Amino acid sequence: MNQSKIENNLDSLDKKILNRIQTGFPVEERPFLAIGNELGIEEEEALKRVIRLKKDGIIRRIGASFDSRRLGFDSTLVAMKVPEERVDEVVLLINGYKEVTHNYLRDNDYNIWFTLIAPSGERIKEIIEEISSKSRISEIRNLPTTRFFKVNVDFNFRDDGD
Amino acid sequence: MIEEIDKRIIRELQGDISLEKRPFAVIAGRIGISEEEVLKRTGSYLDKGYMRKFGAILLHREAGFKANGMGVWDVPAGDVQRVGEIMASFSEVSHCYERPSFDDWPYNLFTMIHSENEDGCHEIAERISRATGIKRYKLLFSTKEFKKTSMEYF
Repeated sequence: MNQSKIENNLDSLDKKILNRIQTGFPVEERPFLAIGNELGIEEEEALKRVIRLKKDGIIRRIGASFDSRRLGFDSTLVAMKVPEERVDEVVLLINGYKEVTHNYLRDNDYNIWFTLIAPSGERIKEIIEEISSKSRISEIRNLPTTRFFKVNVDFNFRDDGD
Repeated sequence: MIEEIDKRIIRELQGDISLEKRPFAVIAGRIGISEEEVLKRTGSYLDKGYMRKFGAILLHREAGFKANGMGVWDVPAGDVQRVGEIMASFSEVSHCYERPSFDDWPYNLFTMIHSENEDGCHEIAERISRATGIKRYKLLFSTKEFKKTSMEYF
């Protein structure tokens, strides 16, 4: 994967820190001390660098990625055919649901794609039906995962040893 | 069993930790329990599989993934397992799922493909097509991001 632009602004230590904390941030009293010990730097330095990477927008957040199913939630992907002139209005309707976590315009007949996470499959169906009836658009497809092969959004920063 | 106290901890962990020397003590202070209890329970969520990971989420666009293509593939039902495993083995593929198909939507395998630009995504999709023998596919690019949030569970 090419990541040349951002790599130019990161030094070797930044990359090591990013690789370390995206796979798992230490769950212990002094996580930055743990990171520092592993990478051979002071706790202060580890913390300072993470603050900078966050400020620069390279780190979006540090927190948990929950498995919605294990927490008892259901999730799905929904595709919808929305006439171009109605996109803004329908997006406002869709985004009004807190259960909608991602929503994208894509270059296809099915042009609106959003993800839903809710406490039950019933609630998911209810939301999809509501969006369909309120927008008067029947071309809306519920596409829940039926088989899972992979999810891995980690990003391996090559360390060129600069 | 998820107890009330777990919900309160999860509410904190689904957000963003404070960038301080003892971030879990900050969470503990907000909830009114000990730092030790927060650490113990947070660790247990990983063990129980409630959490896929506890770590940094990077901004991919900024981090150099400029193009993300959603590959959608028309795969014969009996061939999904074989094809899905091959697709998942590509390092450029971050997500790979099977989903239902419809009369006007025959594509049942979905892959998120990442590259530097759209041409790069097309090139990867062609390689996947050759490796799997699946010829009917599309690559859908997002032209606009309307919403991108982390789920608030509790």
